[in-house]
Amino acid sequence: MAEDIGRLTRKIEEISEGREITLMHLCGTHEDTISKYNLRSLMPENVKLLSGPGCPVCIIPDTDLQKVFHLIERKDVVLATFGDMARVPFEDRSLFYYRSRGKDVRVVYSVFDAVEIAEKTDKDVVFFGIGFETTMPSIAVAIKDSPENFYVYSAHRYFIPAMEAIIKGELRIDGFICPGHVSTIVGVKAYERFLKYGIPMAIAGFEPQDVLLATYMLVKAINEGKPWIYNEYTRAVRYEGNVNAQRVMSEVFEADDGEWRGLGIIPETGVRIRKEFEDKDAERVFEDVFEDFVPKEDKRKKHCRCGEVLKGLITPKDCRLFMTACTPRNPIGPCMVSFEGTCAIWAKYGVG
Amino acid sequence: MCLAIPAEIVEVNWPYAVVDLNGAKRKVRVDLLDDVKPGDYVLIHVGLAIQKVSKKEVEEIESLWQKILED
Ligand code: SF4
Ligand code: SF4
Repeated sequence: MAEDIGRLTRKIEEISEGREITLMHLCGTHEDTISKYNLRSLMPENVKLLSGPGCPVCIIPDTDLQKVFHLIERKDVVLATFGDMARVPFEDRSLFYYRSRGKDVRVVYSVFDAVEIAEKTDKDVVFFGIGFETTMPSIAVAIKDSPENFYVYSAHRYFIPAMEAIIKGELRIDGFICPGHVSTIVGVKAYERFLKYGIPMAIAGFEPQDVLLATYMLVKAINEGKPWIYNEYTRAVRYEGNVNAQRVMSEVFEADDGEWRGLGIIPETGVRIRKEFEDKDAERVFEDVFEDFVPKEDKRKKHCRCGEVLKGLITPKDCRLFMTACTPRNPIGPCMVSFEGTCAIWAKYGVG
Repeated sequence: MCLAIPAEIVEVNWPYAVVDLNGAKRKVRVDLLDDVKPGDYVLIHVGLAIQKVSKKEVEEIESLWQKILED
């Protein structure tokens, strides 16, 4: 394998010569592979691998977090969510803080665990749902098949339309390494809408070889002037994707404007529960609670630069709080909280 | 939270199945896949099987998981 990697990196060097190439990946797990195996060190100086907004925990804006806090401060519900989300702070509070104050906050591995909690209690159970197209099908299945006292606060986001905002953003990107598991659901075909921008895309798996191969495909495409969608992850990604998953998602959810940390509001990326399932929608069911909700600014985060990290404009080490005031034990921004956040990954592997 | 892990189907009780995740048995939902049977390999993401994968290719992914687990 070492030999193959050497051969491949020499090729990348050869065909990229004399050109500045900026590639962006869009997945926290890809950043993990890149940092862990130190793949950036294998790239020639002129090829840059940036990290984009690929972690569903990091991109949740403070507004959603505050709304969920607002709800559990006022209602005696069981609040269930994924572990990473429970640690994200807002003004020194997180869902774990609320749990230590006696609120019923449960960390679950999957939405189906939350459904099971609802089956065993008379209390209302609210699932704080986050994630992209990978995660949304499971939430849709749960919404269709759960007891009356189970609700979802949907903070999901559609990833594919968000790519367009990145393409049109401040940075010139020459090629994208597309997320493997989002692609498992949406298929190769979902990327066809971006072909008009003339930027090559490569869907990649999560081994170091996968990421290197995708990088090679992109550099080659740029060199030959052939922008196309390459599928390196054929072992899981088909042209059509998972059609059943797409169907259940569109049955239950509809698109709306969505706010992203660092990227602002992006049309079509918000995920609302359709009217047919309004009795499952925590925002509608607890409407009265949200009536007096007013979002606030978190002063502690004044110097946090997560927004720029998410856009690939800076790396974590450009943030002056990185590993000083902001550490994995005492994270200030979400990029340091989530296991898929770029700051947390750089801290873990001592990058920078 | 977002990785998907390959696992072998041991038993199917529609819409549930029992999978073998590196020796650990786990109940998952398989509603979104057409026709799954014991011996098939599927990618599991937060309790739901999201795609079937071929066995040979799964072995490659498994070796990655071995590495990650041994870290
Ligand atoms: S190091 Fe901390 S404060 Fe700085 S950008 Fe990352 S998460 Fe935000
Ligand atoms: S949802 Fe999938 S593609 Fe996106 S960050 Fe998570 S693992 Fe990567």
